[in-house]
Amino acid sequence: MKFNLKVWRQKNAQAQGKLVDYTIENIIPDMSFLEMVDVLNDNLVRKGEDPIAFDHDCREGICGMCSMYISGRAHGPHHAATTCQLYMRSFKDGDTIYVEPFRAGAFPIIKDLVTDRSAFDRIIAKGGFVSVNTGQAQDANNLPVDKADAEKAMDAAACIGCGACVAACPNSAAMLFVSAKISQLALLPQGGPERNNRAINMVNQMDEEGFGNCTNIGACEAECPKEIKLTNIARMNREYLVASLINE
Amino acid sequence: MQNSVLITSSIGKKLIMGLTGLFLVFFLVVHASINGCIWFNDEGKTFLYYAHFMGTNFLVHIAEVGLFGGLILHMVDGLLLWKQNRDARPVKYAYSNPSANSKWYSRSMGLLGTLILFFLIVHLRNFWGPNRLNQITTGEELNLFQLMQEDFSNLWMVVFYVAACFSLFWHLLHGFKSAFQSLGLNNVKYNKAIEIAGTAFAIIVPLVFALMPISFYFNLVH
Amino acid sequence: MSELNSKIPTGPLAEKWDNYKEHAKLVNPANKRKLEVIVVGTGLAGASAAASLAELGYSVKAFCFQDSPRRAHSIAAQGGINAAKNYKNDGDSVFRLFYDTIKGGDFRAREANVYRLADVSRNIIDQCVAQGVPFAREYGGLLDNRSFGGSQVSRTFYARGQTGQQLLLGAYGALERQIGLGNVKMYARHEMADVVTIDGKARGIVARNLITGELERYFGHAVILATGGYGNVFFLSTSAMGSNVTAAWKAHKKGAYFGNPCYTQIHPTCIPVTGDYQSKLTLMSESLRNDGRVWVPKSKEDAKAIREGKKTAADIKEDDRDYYLERKYPSFGNLCPRDIASRAAKEACDDGRGIVPSGLGVFLDFADAIKRLGVEVVKARYGELFPMYQNITNEDPLKTPMKIYPAVHYTMGGLWVDYELMTSVQGLYCLGEANFSDHGANRLGASALMQGLADGYFVIPYTIGNYLSSEIFTKAIPTDHPAFVEAEEAARERAEKLIGTKGKKTVDDFHKQLGKIMWEYCGMARTAEGLTHARKLIQDLRKEFWSNVNIPGTLNEFNPEFDKAGRVADFIELGELMVIDALDRNESCGGHFRLEYQDEGEAKRDDENYAYVSAWEHTSVEADPILHKEKLVYENIQLQVRSYK
Repeated sequence: MKFNLKVWRQKNAQAQGKLVDYTIENIIPDMSFLEMVDVLNDNLVRKGEDPIAFDHDCREGICGMCSMYISGRAHGPHHAATTCQLYMRSFKDGDTIYVEPFRAGAFPIIKDLVTDRSAFDRIIAKGGFVSVNTGQAQDANNLPVDKADAEKAMDAAACIGCGACVAACPNSAAMLFVSAKISQLALLPQGGPERNNRAINMVNQMDEEGFGNCTNIGACEAECPKEIKLTNIARMNREYLVASLINE
Repeated sequence: MQNSVLITSSIGKKLIMGLTGLFLVFFLVVHASINGCIWFNDEGKTFLYYAHFMGTNFLVHIAEVGLFGGLILHMVDGLLLWKQNRDARPVKYAYSNPSANSKWYSRSMGLLGTLILFFLIVHLRNFWGPNRLNQITTGEELNLFQLMQEDFSNLWMVVFYVAACFSLFWHLLHGFKSAFQSLGLNNVKYNKAIEIAGTAFAIIVPLVFALMPISFYFNLVH
Repeated sequence: MSELNSKIPTGPLAEKWDNYKEHAKLVNPANKRKLEVIVVGTGLAGASAAASLAELGYSVKAFCFQDSPRRAHSIAAQGGINAAKNYKNDGDSVFRLFYDTIKGGDFRAREANVYRLADVSRNIIDQCVAQGVPFAREYGGLLDNRSFGGSQVSRTFYARGQTGQQLLLGAYGALERQIGLGNVKMYARHEMADVVTIDGKARGIVARNLITGELERYFGHAVILATGGYGNVFFLSTSAMGSNVTAAWKAHKKGAYFGNPCYTQIHPTCIPVTGDYQSKLTLMSESLRNDGRVWVPKSKEDAKAIREGKKTAADIKEDDRDYYLERKYPSFGNLCPRDIASRAAKEACDDGRGIVPSGLGVFLDFADAIKRLGVEVVKARYGELFPMYQNITNEDPLKTPMKIYPAVHYTMGGLWVDYELMTSVQGLYCLGEANFSDHGANRLGASALMQGLADGYFVIPYTIGNYLSSEIFTKAIPTDHPAFVEAEEAARERAEKLIGTKGKKTVDDFHKQLGKIMWEYCGMARTAEGLTHARKLIQDLRKEFWSNVNIPGTLNEFNPEFDKAGRVADFIELGELMVIDALDRNESCGGHFRLEYQDEGEAKRDDENYAYVSAWEHTSVEADPILHKEKLVYENIQLQVRSYK
């Protein structure tokens, strides 16, 4: 297969970036998108040019590191898959493919397609946990959890923190990410004692990071590689509302 | 616990949008019901009866202040959202394919809202404004039924109104459901019902409004 | 450096750890604040250690090369985590988990360490549940268990196919909490370039800021490495692209012995290699073997026809199929341990009966399970695994059998550590997959998560105190100390040499070449002849690398190609040590199979001469390393021939 690529190249955070054209041939349909970029980079290095910087690590769709905006969509056209799980058979021979970084003010570009998503870590640091020190726990089976709640919590906990929700959202909102963690811990009894603090502190941090506001467009849900649901955002709204009303 | 600033936080803003939105939805129901009385074809008698009530009742006047307050809040909040959300992505995508993941009208609430605002200005200038002005200056109400007959004999005015109803339709198609989501009222069990009610509402109310100028234009109301 | 002292506490096996804890020295809270600990790596072991130490009051600096501590490769573990809870009333106990682990490791692990691991396994589950890890539950609301990877009891706790992810996010949450509280300073996108030792004690690290390329110096009263395994020495493995040996290797060169480098786990159920472009191999959870049946055709002709696309699996009649695991190991069948299942697959393919075009692949068939349980049950049981397979291969495992082949998955070897998890360098600790302890020559399924968390949550918080209690009078050493300057200078020189080479071949060229050598000669089957040859090849490769590698860009920018080059340079040196170790070990055990030492295809251990841990001391890159032997003493169990027949 042959493709025309338009890739965002930007030397560093301060530099001006632009789309650069590349043509790549002899691509096998069974290659993953990242393997296609590997081949392109290999060509570039051999020609003495600077290879394209991009984030990637596990290449099995779970670490959340890969993060490209491909042909106008976060993680590309394949549903419920990260970029590393996108295969070239999803494209047509001769396609022109745009490759851009995840764009949001809260995700500044480091180089080319690599962005700084540490805002997510700072949000988690404000409450995405249960405050239990090592060694304090009671026997695990002393705390039964409704199976349905446990399943819903797991659905929310599947979030890989890749930032596709922010990238896909026309408003650059991070609500799907934040709500997934708030939901997971709100659904489980372990999260109960801190739920009000958690909702307020995490939402405050999210706002401070400069993410946009949610207007219930639903692009995040549609593009989430782990199919995190909008119901989580509704739950976060409830949690936050209740917490705000009783906050002393 | 940190202080929560319910009003200015991102979630606070959507709560305001949702609450004011639902309030305006309620107003639309009242407005459509009363104006629907024109179809009694009694030369506007029933309509004018209720119009008189709405135009003179003390409690309604108070509610009217609330309505404008809600409307302004809805607008200001909406503009704020639009600006902040635009600023949250300083560099735009060179190529984007948003139709793959969302509805255009969901993404265009600001635009649709602005169109509705333009309509509202014209609409208030046509009916509510002159009527109130007359009330204040002469203590008399205008015959709104007659006023409608006059205004809606103009084809351009009819087209303008119908176009506005389309904006309202799309605005409601997203807004109704969205309000429930914003208020956290999202439950798998009831989502279908909310969706159906929202879609039905978004079709019926603008349709009712649109049929009014059309009915006048084709002399179906007398 | 003195003789190896594993510092195993005295007393009966079951009381050793309690004895240790009761007599370990403590550090008072006021002093803890003044003590600084560096943790490199934020996977299960690193994140849990950093969080737990910060909770205790130590001042912690944590480092990871990824953009966030949440991305460490522990996240990819699918199957589950073992714990001797005996919730199922099926006869499990601490001793049984201990015994299974020792036996699974082919009797090449330390008794005391493994017993402690089995013991604290129960606390891990309690801790993780308290953190809100959404483990699978039964309808009554209690925790569910499954049987996993060569075990006859159900002791594996799981969170769908994402157990590693959920456990890591639990530890990551605990770490972020401490970051938020200011007790941990986090350095993401930083890679350790060297360990700094002063007067024989680890006192800090030099790290490269991967964004700016700058070398930075950090002091610590103690340094903990939790940097994972080195499977990427084979180029293709199930490890993440960034997984590397660099931190452990630098420590090795600074005096930390490397334990059992040749023990490599080859996982039997991975998606076969399809082409040269391939960058990594994908594991399909071992749990698939609970219901899937492994087979190849009985005849070479049928296999050839399948390879050439003239026949499909469905064309092979039941009688013409060889369910070789069930045939060879009737009592464990498809559930036999990983090393055994992998070797059997290799044998079948070496016999010319592989079923993918490259010849290296076997079937994993769910037809019987579907017949027995129905499509829906099978689909539900393997939730996200089937779609994942289908996405990668474009084939539906519900309709046609999966194709699998073994791939490098885990490295049991690593830095040698004593009972306290301290390496042979004072104050330098090593946790998780990066150390050699606990798994012997082969790791059982669902044991890696257990070990990482045991080390981080429940072992290091006690053992590090025992060391740091004598460091309370050591003031923080300023990083302009000559040892820091020297380490940074050495790292800079090396970096400049690498980037200045400007040769003809890319970093990946070398990495792939190294991988081929390792897989060919130091993979699933090894011979003295092959290993000797491989050592020569690796030495040549190393020389060529340093004279002919081509790295684009500069040192003071974000330069992933340079980062990769540094890692590959270390992999090449490690590869040679692995070969040396494999050559030394004239026996077959677990993940180390020497063709010369077998009994009708089964591994033949030599307990008389090789019941020891090989701990290698670095001398220089050119010279031979020195072997130190830690004799393995078994006081509580009998060494047996490991049989799963």
